[in-house]
Amino acid sequence: MKSLEELKAIRERMQGQVGLRSEDETQTRVVVGMATCGIASGARPVLNALSEIVQTKGLSNVAVTQTGCIGLCQYEPIVEVMEPGKEKVTYVKMTAEKAAEVVEQHLIGGTVVAKYTLNSIE
Amino acid sequence: MYRSHVLVCGGTGCTSSGSEEIIRVLKDELDKNGLTSEVSVVKTGCHGLCALGPIMIVYPEAVFYSMVETKDVPEIVSEHLLKGRVVSRLVYDETVSSEGEIKSLADTNFYKKQHRIALRNCGVINPENIEEYIGTRGYEALGKVVTEMTPDDVIKCILDSGLRGRGGGGFPTGRKWQLAKDLVKGGQKYVCCNADEGDPGAFMDRSILEGDPHALIEAMAIAGYAIGANQGYVYVRAEYPIAVERLQIAINQAKEYGLLGENIFGSGFSFDLGIRLGAGAFVCGEETALMTSIEGNRGEPRPRPPFPAEKGLFGKPTVLNNVETYANIPQIILNGPEWFSAMGTEKSKGTKVFALGGKIKNTGLVEIPMGTTLREVVEEIGGGIPNGKKFKAAQTGGPSGGCIPAEYFDIEMDYDNLIAIGSMMGSGGLIVMDEDNCMVDIAKFFLEFTVDESCGKCTPCRIGTKRLYEILDKITKGNGTLEDIDKLEELCYFIKENSLCGLGQTAPNPVLSTLKFFRDEYVAHVVDKKCPAGVCKDLLRYTIDPDKCKGCTMCARVCPNNAISGAVKTPHVIDTDKCVKCGACMEKCKFGAISKC
Repeated sequence: MKSLEELKAIRERMQGQVGLRSEDETQTRVVVGMATCGIASGARPVLNALSEIVQTKGLSNVAVTQTGCIGLCQYEPIVEVMEPGKEKVTYVKMTAEKAAEVVEQHLIGGTVVAKYTLNSIE
Repeated sequence: MYRSHVLVCGGTGCTSSGSEEIIRVLKDELDKNGLTSEVSVVKTGCHGLCALGPIMIVYPEAVFYSMVETKDVPEIVSEHLLKGRVVSRLVYDETVSSEGEIKSLADTNFYKKQHRIALRNCGVINPENIEEYIGTRGYEALGKVVTEMTPDDVIKCILDSGLRGRGGGGFPTGRKWQLAKDLVKGGQKYVCCNADEGDPGAFMDRSILEGDPHALIEAMAIAGYAIGANQGYVYVRAEYPIAVERLQIAINQAKEYGLLGENIFGSGFSFDLGIRLGAGAFVCGEETALMTSIEGNRGEPRPRPPFPAEKGLFGKPTVLNNVETYANIPQIILNGPEWFSAMGTEKSKGTKVFALGGKIKNTGLVEIPMGTTLREVVEEIGGGIPNGKKFKAAQTGGPSGGCIPAEYFDIEMDYDNLIAIGSMMGSGGLIVMDEDNCMVDIAKFFLEFTVDESCGKCTPCRIGTKRLYEILDKITKGNGTLEDIDKLEELCYFIKENSLCGLGQTAPNPVLSTLKFFRDEYVAHVVDKKCPAGVCKDLLRYTIDPDKCKGCTMCARVCPNNAISGAVKTPHVIDTDKCVKCGACMEKCKFGAISKC
């Protein structure tokens, strides 16, 4: 390495990864239901896709985690988005592709993707 | 990309309680569950809570598992990493609220009052991966220094920050650098790091080397730029094998990335770094002895002046700082001197790492702002004293320091306050003592250490400390006189004034400070022939209270020297001539009939 730019490039590439290890009260939490029901309906690709996109985009204020069964097994895979000071948004019957849309529109754009939410079904 | 990072502590404490094996089993289990590409296992440095090791932290949830055993690993993988259900029985209880919710580690008593600067990456990054260090703004300070700042700017920044040497003396670091730069203009100069860390009970330098070795490398290169040196040496004791290994890996990686070597960041500045191993002599922590040892000679001190800033290693101007001091440097450059000097007290800025040990619940490493009171450290961060015992004193500064008695429990700990009461910051070892510790015995313990470690070059230290030890030994055996106490005190001052180096000049401190605060204990040993804490064996007598003794014969059976006699169901008696004062009988007696005095 011979320049500050190269150093900066490594830093930016690594920041998303090391940033996974931060703890912050102001973080948005994205929780994927990963109980047996969730895994059976395909929650793992959803979780991996979410985690990967969030890190690639460098969204350092977003933590993607798992949780157990939420109790709505017929709607799995379920993804909940909890932003500090806002009401929880529950997305149902998710896929990796839908997850990408949620990241793009909701987490980055700030607009809830209404067509995938639990409310849209009820 | 990984969705989860599992951090397993690979510091010396957790390694000795089996973390290597845990990492092996963890990787196996992840493989079995097909999670290898989703979950990353990171071996980190020390988290500081050594008492709870082996430690495992799972991110992004930041769940803190303590005292993990290999048999727990399959459950953590299948429950937590696969299904996202936290294995609550293994979670450190301080991180669980009364409602059963997991709270942040930063909210626990142990971490709440801490402010980690020197230890900021310890337990967070993989020390064997330079890119993780770069990801936490690593080497940014070095880049800034060599491309934007003049050596004088760097020195001014460090001076303004108020940073003082963390190795013991507390000399202003910026001043040291300035002298090394200006006393002799140009020519060969050196940057050295003291990683000898000889104080019993202190292990913050080891922890930084093991957990964040690049911080040291970056800081030494910055020092090299500031004073005009192109070569550095880290003097580290060979008893720190993990630290030496990780430092070597880090140096190799830094060279590979062009962060050490020729023409760093195209600035024309070149800097190289080498490791020199010490053989574990305490005196080699003294700066002149350390440099003599690097030169390949027997590690003995020499008189100062000339100071190393003028004539140091190989007779050339040299800057020598301790590991923890260096670890603060990149952060000061990045965040500015005002950021650093906003922390701490008037004359002691920033934070200090303390190694908590002795009679305290949370043994380990804590980094706190200067001026934190001893009470906060012991009662809040340290979790208090086990078994409901009472705080008696804390020893700071190891064998060169002194004790802080209970009446100074609220002292704000910084360089000057500690010196004022006859102790010292030292390297930051903090040994807590309760009512079961005999202060004469403590002084004797430290003197035994310095007698062993005196290099023998000067007479006051070589012979003086030996005589001190002999008088203390005489007192603890009940043969001392009041004149001995006076002689002890006089000899202490003589040794302090006449010794060649810091070892001898500070060796009497434990005696002087215990004499100052606990003279009554010395007098009790001499006049009453009693050890109030019940430690000094020669002054102890075990007796059985005939009213409480039921004659169960338990004591007689455990006595290794057949010193207890008596018929079944009648009170027993201890033969004091035969008694070896092991205390086994007292431990076994169910009726509390045996007492010592």
